[in-house]
Amino acid sequence: MQPAVTVENMTIAYHKKPVLREVSFQAPAGKLIGIVGPNGAGKSTLIKGTLGLVPLASGSVEIYGKPYLTQRKLVGYVPQRESVDWDFPTHALDVVMMGRYGHVGMFKWLRSSDKEMAMSCLEKVGMADYAHRQISQLSGGQQQRVFLARALAQDAKVYFMDEPFVGVDAATEKAIIALLNELKSQGKTVLVVHHDLQTVKEYFDWVLLINLRKIAFGPTEEVFTYDNLQKTYGGRLHVLNDMGPALLQG
Amino acid sequence: MYMEFLVALFQDPNARWVITGCLLLGLSSGVLGCFALFRKYSLMGDAVAHAALPGICIAFMLYGSKSIGIFMLGATIAGLIGALCIGQISAYSKIKPDTSMAIILTGFFGVGIVLLTKISQSGKSSQSGLDAFLFGKAASLVGSDVEVISVVAFLLLAITLALFKELKLLCFDPQFGRGIGLPMGALNTLLMLMIVLAVVIGLQAVGVVLMAAMLIIPAVAARYWTEQLNGMVILSGVFGGLSGVLGTVLSAITPNLPTGPVIVLAATFIFLLSLFFAPERGLLAKAIRHLKLRQKIISENLLQSLYDLSEKDFLQDQSWKQGYTLDQLHQLRPDHKSTMLRYLQRLEAAGWVSSKGANWALTERGLQEAYSVTLNQRLYEMLLIYQARYGTLNLQEESRKVQDFVPETTLNELQGLLLDHQRKPQLTPFLEIRFDHPYQDHYNEAPTKGGDL
Repeated sequence: MQPAVTVENMTIAYHKKPVLREVSFQAPAGKLIGIVGPNGAGKSTLIKGTLGLVPLASGSVEIYGKPYLTQRKLVGYVPQRESVDWDFPTHALDVVMMGRYGHVGMFKWLRSSDKEMAMSCLEKVGMADYAHRQISQLSGGQQQRVFLARALAQDAKVYFMDEPFVGVDAATEKAIIALLNELKSQGKTVLVVHHDLQTVKEYFDWVLLINLRKIAFGPTEEVFTYDNLQKTYGGRLHVLNDMGPALLQG
Repeated sequence: MYMEFLVALFQDPNARWVITGCLLLGLSSGVLGCFALFRKYSLMGDAVAHAALPGICIAFMLYGSKSIGIFMLGATIAGLIGALCIGQISAYSKIKPDTSMAIILTGFFGVGIVLLTKISQSGKSSQSGLDAFLFGKAASLVGSDVEVISVVAFLLLAITLALFKELKLLCFDPQFGRGIGLPMGALNTLLMLMIVLAVVIGLQAVGVVLMAAMLIIPAVAARYWTEQLNGMVILSGVFGGLSGVLGTVLSAITPNLPTGPVIVLAATFIFLLSLFFAPERGLLAKAIRHLKLRQKIISENLLQSLYDLSEKDFLQDQSWKQGYTLDQLHQLRPDHKSTMLRYLQRLEAAGWVSSKGANWALTERGLQEAYSVTLNQRLYEMLLIYQARYGTLNLQEESRKVQDFVPETTLNELQGLLLDHQRKPQLTPFLEIRFDHPYQDHYNEAPTKGGDL
């Protein structure tokens, strides 16, 4: 089967210093894939590079076998929640409708079908009651759900999510996981930057371990091993030595 | 006398031109100011306005006579060069953007003043009308000037309308915009160019020194009245246009008063009105909300203290009805005693407490209210204790009843938690069903509404 995402030899440098070096992987379609690594390992950078938000020093990205730039409509994106100013004057539904902008195109107004779709996406994340609520008045978990609904409104085949579980309540975390599984059952591919090692086995089918370069990529049960985690985290995670085995069983 | 003058003013065709011009430039700078505000380009507007002065002077020196088109071309080019320099200085050195803005603003303005002095020494400045560009002189606008202003203003408004959703995304989440393939870089450049144009068409009427105010003040004022970007943009345009007209008329009826400062003062006045009197965000509304909340909290604290004391005595020997002194209440939840006494009297007037000598006790109705307040407070405690499970609460919801904003299932769980923590209010308004019934029944039958204070 054709891979959903093919990243070839990706190197990204900020101010001449490489922050991600020669990463290559082929993400199979219809999987939930965790991108795991320590802080500063380049997890977010990998996503941004894949989406063309930061320039690549080298390498290429293909979505379903064609260059990313021609396949943009197939890709949905959930940025980190802190990346925007939530005091912006707008309501939840309006933010979700932004997911339709790419499909509608420049200079054109949204159609009522776009609005209906945005509304149904809000429903899917359990936020229909908050459609006209000011975004500044939403809790952290609710804001995250709005961002997820916006990505759903993009109606994509491949989703990239940057730390969707950070700062959300248990109920939202559960709702997000349910949503990810639903996307998967529809044959969609989801790549999620994640840093809670304890839930990796539970949440993800496949794992990409990175620390400035690719450490390992493959099905979770094969790749998420003590050895690989040691290689990824090195001396940085002493805890791993104590709780590592327990972690890997869970 | 002023009325007659006003009538004459509006009948004078030239005055009508001037007023139209100021209306349009206020409108367009107000509209673009909103986007400038969210892109944090407010100071950039100021730098661009000051940087435009040398451009105007050089244009005059090259062309040799007054022409709005030439002036605007010079101002635009100089403004853009200024904006470009700001960006380049920050990109290629360790100088921070605010510092590079200050350098460009003062540096270009200095050059402008030197050139202006040179022109005035050559004796042509009075005929050129260049002095007007410092503090603005709306009266110097003639028909052809207003035509140019109108064309540019309408162009700016049309582009804003056509690209409204893209500009909104640029302001809210440009990274997402890039992700979905919208040319955010080009849009940003376009927005910069539009801001420069909005500044430039206002320079003659408002002046380089104060023009940035027309970008900033109406937008900030508008933000106070609305929570929607489209509403804010419209309102900001209206505020800008209104300031333009008001300032022009006021400066016209006062001899030797430059237009710029008056227009800016009019805008500032609108801003102050907004700051104090806007319904949600205004200071007055905030103060009233704060006062009401304080009143509510003091009353509820008193009811709760009475409830806590009554509950304790009831559980010991069922002797809760004799009432409690102010000192006892003060020990539980201290506030100024005089305040507490005043609120106790209010509660008495509302029929919720009764006094016997120095003792205060809950009445039947007061017990109902106190029960509901206490239950709500203790449910809220549970929500806070189990925050990880139920999520962070939005503080704005703090003053509302827990029952109103958590789902049914959560409410049931919270009730269970109250039992586990032995925080279930024991003194129910219906004493006959007090202990032997399961908690659920108590809760369903407990009144949730008392009278309002």
